[in-house]
Amino acid sequence: MKLSGGEIVIQSLKDEGVEYVFGYPGGAVLHIYDAIYNQSDVEHILVRHEQGATHAADGYARSTGKPGVVLVTSGPGATNAITGIATAHLDSIPLVVITGQVTSAFIGSDAFQEVDSVGISRPCVKHNFLVKRAEDIAETMKKAFHIATTGRPGPVVVDIPKDITDPSIKIDYEYPKEVSIRSYNPTVQGNQRQIKKAVELILAAKRPMIYSGGGVVLSNASEELTAFTQQLGFPITQTLMGLGAYPASGKESLGMLGMHGTYEANMAMHDCDTLIAIGARFDDRVTGELEQFCPHAKIIHIDIDPSSIAKNVQVDVPIVGDVKHVLVDMSKELKLSKTKPDAKALEKWWKQINTWASGNCLRYDRNSALIKPQFVVEELHKVTNGDAFITSDVGQHQMFTAQFYPFEKPRRWINSGGLGTMGFGLPAALGVQLAHKDAVVACVTGEASIQMCIQELSTALQYNLPVKIIMLNNRYMGMVRQWQEFFYESRYSQSYLKALPDFVKLAESYGHVGMQIDKPADVNGALTEAFAMKDKLVFMDFVTDQTENVYPMIAAGKGHHEMHLQAECIPVQSSDRELA
Amino acid sequence: MRHIISILIENEAGALSRVAGLFSARGYNIESLTVAVTEDASLSRMTIVTSGSENIIEQINKQLNKLVDVVKVADITEGAHIERELMMVKVDAKEAASRDELQRLADIFKGRIIDVSDNIFTVELTGEGEKLDSFLKALNDVLIIETVRSGATGIARGKKALQI
Repeated sequence: MKLSGGEIVIQSLKDEGVEYVFGYPGGAVLHIYDAIYNQSDVEHILVRHEQGATHAADGYARSTGKPGVVLVTSGPGATNAITGIATAHLDSIPLVVITGQVTSAFIGSDAFQEVDSVGISRPCVKHNFLVKRAEDIAETMKKAFHIATTGRPGPVVVDIPKDITDPSIKIDYEYPKEVSIRSYNPTVQGNQRQIKKAVELILAAKRPMIYSGGGVVLSNASEELTAFTQQLGFPITQTLMGLGAYPASGKESLGMLGMHGTYEANMAMHDCDTLIAIGARFDDRVTGELEQFCPHAKIIHIDIDPSSIAKNVQVDVPIVGDVKHVLVDMSKELKLSKTKPDAKALEKWWKQINTWASGNCLRYDRNSALIKPQFVVEELHKVTNGDAFITSDVGQHQMFTAQFYPFEKPRRWINSGGLGTMGFGLPAALGVQLAHKDAVVACVTGEASIQMCIQELSTALQYNLPVKIIMLNNRYMGMVRQWQEFFYESRYSQSYLKALPDFVKLAESYGHVGMQIDKPADVNGALTEAFAMKDKLVFMDFVTDQTENVYPMIAAGKGHHEMHLQAECIPVQSSDRELA
Repeated sequence: MRHIISILIENEAGALSRVAGLFSARGYNIESLTVAVTEDASLSRMTIVTSGSENIIEQINKQLNKLVDVVKVADITEGAHIERELMMVKVDAKEAASRDELQRLADIFKGRIIDVSDNIFTVELTGEGEKLDSFLKALNDVLIIETVRSGATGIARGKKALQI
């Protein structure tokens, strides 16, 4: 088959089985856009800003496990995409981002719309390529998909100069069936000796704890994690990125850990004697002060990326491998072992954990005359039967959702955990809705975050994507306000949003339905009405209590046992004394 | 502690910037960096002299291995190894006495005078960094015009080799 470079780009996407490419045209990619025009296998989704394209592709990828594909032009197209690329990079999401580049002969001459896309993206991609010849496009595309989706996934940028996509130059095309890269061979199987060692530690544990993260979701190992946890009867806590991999309703689940995790999860982390870290990377928002992290525990760490191991926390038994494979092997090894978990010690441990949990740290004032943000999230959970895809932006609403919307399945909770990118939620929701046409998709956001990518309301109309926007409007950048209240003596520097738009009218002007809700009694009814409009995007502006804070909270630099709880909750107490 | 990290890397445009970028982004320190193609034209060999705690060196190793273009990484300071650096020093030798002194010093350090132009002598010297430092110290009476050092490169002794 003879094709032009531009056609090869699109034919490669078809051969990769790509359904959607999220993008925005411009000079350097016009040849490629012409190739898109002449086919219908790959559907192009026209966004309103390149950041939106990357987030939408990212939402598609997170909710399906398939790579998200983006096409943008050179210069500003590429730089606008960077925030979304970095977002995907920090959460290990597979993306293939095709950036146009100026004609080869102009590279380095400060040509119109020229930036060094490979140089700019280098620190925030898994890998990137500058393709120099049309003959190399197909193989580079194959390599890009291979690298993006294997090992620890991540974004790959393919920068393509305009001249090599020239429609008048046709060359032979064959998409490679396989690709081998001698310098890239991720480890999949865990080392059996290390697995045996880990199992010995697990069986000797008196106060065990499972700490699982986004790696479990990425590895599609939810079933294996559930089987492993239930087989042992050990308590499990999940990171922000891992929520849903183990069902929140499971009796072993202690909820989320870390800065805004539950009291029981964090106390159990602090007091455990054996920690099993699975596909988690000991992020600073999870560990708190490293000096005080799990001071009594032997640590087992399973991760596909060797550089995650011993990066922040020294561990006793590292296991490099795909979480799914390692969990299967560990479960087998556990079954073969003659030793059984110490049931008596475990019972005592659970008793302790249940005492911590009895304080019900996720409490808020249910009799408030103002709408509490937590209440909206709880009602959202009810109205969607806990079975929606929920995307979020970044801030208090993100934490409230993580705390009050219990996720039962993986890939249902779509948020920017690592980079913390405001503006992520709406475009991500569009990507999720495209991938799951009949599913219920909601974006929980705030009035600050939503304005960072609000232009994508237009994309939603163009492609009839009936996502529901749940905006918790407290007229503040809530998390910034909270930190200023706690750590800057309530000096609310630049965190109050004056001159907000009328969001109802705004939604209507974009062709959607807008609603404003300001009484707690109306919350459930409004949500029910909105979700009944199955073919409409409904933008819900919930006017919430301005001063609500996210609790519990571990301040930066504090240990897991030093949580701030709400005044009416149980007092903070370190259990070090009891252990001694 | 000082470590010499040897890297086999795909001989491609941009490979060097990936390594250099990694070191600056993660705040690792680079004392010196040398790179040149190997007998296999598709591979370059890079030598980085760095320092840091054991944890940092372990992370440097892992982060380098994570770069897709990197084929192999070894810390040659872990075992017996040979280390060499090349230096050229240009000195002003207008006075006969300083010419004699220079010749004498070069002989002692097993260096060679490789160029003489307009009473300016260039000495070439190879050895471990400390030897080169000592030579520069010994030259204190002679006017140094310019010094260029290649940065250290090294190789493991015996059978141990960095190859694919």
